[in-house]
Amino acid sequence: MQWETVIGLEVHLQLATQSKIFSGSPTTFGAQPNTQASAVDLAMPGMLPVLNEKAVRYAVLFGLGIGAEIGMRSVFDRKNYFYPDLPKGYQISQFQHPIVGRGEFEIQLEDGSTRNIGITRAHLEEDAGKSLHEDYHGQSGIDLNRAGTPLLEIVSEPDIRSAEEAVAYLKALHSLVTYLGISDGNMSEGSMRCDINISLRPMGADTLGTRAEIKNVNSFRFVEKAIHHEFERQADILEDGGTIVQETRLYDADKNETRSMRSKEVANDYRYFPEPDLLPIVIDDSYVEALRQQLPELPTQKRDRFVQQYGLGNYDANVLADSRELADYFEAVVAGCGDAKIAANWVQVELLGQLNRGELELASCPVSATNLAGLIARILDNSISGKIAKQVFEAMWQGEGSADAIIEARGLKQVSDSGELESMVDEVIANSAAQVEQYLAADEGKRKKLVGYFVGQVMKLSKGQANPQMVNQLLAKKLQ
Amino acid sequence: MISLRPLPPTEAFFLSGLYSMAIEQDDIEKIAELARIRIDQGQIGQVTQRITEILRMVDQLQAVDTSEVQPMANPLDATQILRPDEVTESNRREAFQAIAPAVEDGLYLVPKVID
Repeated sequence: MQWETVIGLEVHLQLATQSKIFSGSPTTFGAQPNTQASAVDLAMPGMLPVLNEKAVRYAVLFGLGIGAEIGMRSVFDRKNYFYPDLPKGYQISQFQHPIVGRGEFEIQLEDGSTRNIGITRAHLEEDAGKSLHEDYHGQSGIDLNRAGTPLLEIVSEPDIRSAEEAVAYLKALHSLVTYLGISDGNMSEGSMRCDINISLRPMGADTLGTRAEIKNVNSFRFVEKAIHHEFERQADILEDGGTIVQETRLYDADKNETRSMRSKEVANDYRYFPEPDLLPIVIDDSYVEALRQQLPELPTQKRDRFVQQYGLGNYDANVLADSRELADYFEAVVAGCGDAKIAANWVQVELLGQLNRGELELASCPVSATNLAGLIARILDNSISGKIAKQVFEAMWQGEGSADAIIEARGLKQVSDSGELESMVDEVIANSAAQVEQYLAADEGKRKKLVGYFVGQVMKLSKGQANPQMVNQLLAKKLQ
Repeated sequence: MISLRPLPPTEAFFLSGLYSMAIEQDDIEKIAELARIRIDQGQIGQVTQRITEILRMVDQLQAVDTSEVQPMANPLDATQILRPDEVTESNRREAFQAIAPAVEDGLYLVPKVID
């Protein structure tokens, strides 16, 4: 049977605040255990939460970024469960009245097609601590540094139909939140964690199948693999006439499998109720409007502008608009060299290629936008060929200075002096009697092919520095 | 105000009182387990009866027409004050861990729990 995959994602996004959501403890990553856990985070008796303004602001910015309804009055609730890394015995979250309501945003797939994915809601909550189960004499170790870190939980509609779409959604979300500056989006440090709800149904059916939830998947690649794996598992069960158990599963990246995580004999029942220690959050139109004014140009807007303003293809524009830093870099190169298409090509092929090979971030890229623009300018004014330009780029990458300095120091300037080129052309013709004869005997169509040999010889003689157009003209004249 | 999905069964149970007359021992056992409260088998009948009585009182309250009343999130007629995003706490791990039953490598040690 043909199965359709139905996927909804819950993303836990860590907001880029200095302090925690309900206390003044720092949120710095990687500190020594429990050095960033205050009396509030430890749930000492009598401690009360005080809400961080920036967490509210970032949540509203996200809502505006996806065109969502903003909860002008939102309420915190207690989500009750027992676990050692949750000292209060409840997590402060938002249940019935979240700060961000329904919105949607656009994802783009590899083939350039786009789809809109609905966002059900996004709400503020606090993170729990971390449990370390390696052996502490048969006990678990608890680090509460992360307890109380502000999170925005972003819940999608079950609109996603494949692993590819899920990854595209996460990438678009990552791009959006880093543009907004509300999260560093660092997946390896857990700033963006993802729960995957996945079910199958016969192709064409309109009711949903029973879903399994895969918890805490923390890289794009693992999301893709976990979905593929879970699809196979569920399809096997269904095709054998079995039924899917609604349960929480854990993805094991080492074994590439999902396994059942907790027994559902006692179904999770969080007994939400309004958090009495916090009053409702009320924001007004002027607050929202002021934030709306602060919205930067968003990834999809930038992409569309790149298409319009620079005549780029949709896919290229999407790649370049993926991060604000890359987009700014690209536009600085365009401003410096004046040719957007060549700039787009160099940034995507050479620059991103080198960055990927070296596993570098753009921030630590050794070639500045000004220097790349300087290089492209030399291609455009025919000082160097595209091939030589790659050598120059390599040298710039090694820190040898500006394109002009490298061209000068290495004597790479394209030879456009007609006298010099003429003597090279003459030399090649003199040494290629057989080819000349063949050429002269050939008809017009064949000549076009044969002339390549002479061009190649001249380029070789000039170590790649001859101006190819001039060489062609000279050859045409001399080989009459 | 954004209002989403109806409450799941237990919350509805507590908040509405609609199920009060039908509360069973099973419900009490389940709620006790969720709350990590141990109730002796011999006492369950008595606890069930007492909670049923409390829920009967809730039923009386339910008789009031509240269709025009916005649900209350907090009895105070005030809204949340926000604090600026500033670090105001310093590391007091030593003081906190001095009163913990077991610590090692800066971690609090607890009975092993793996979900």
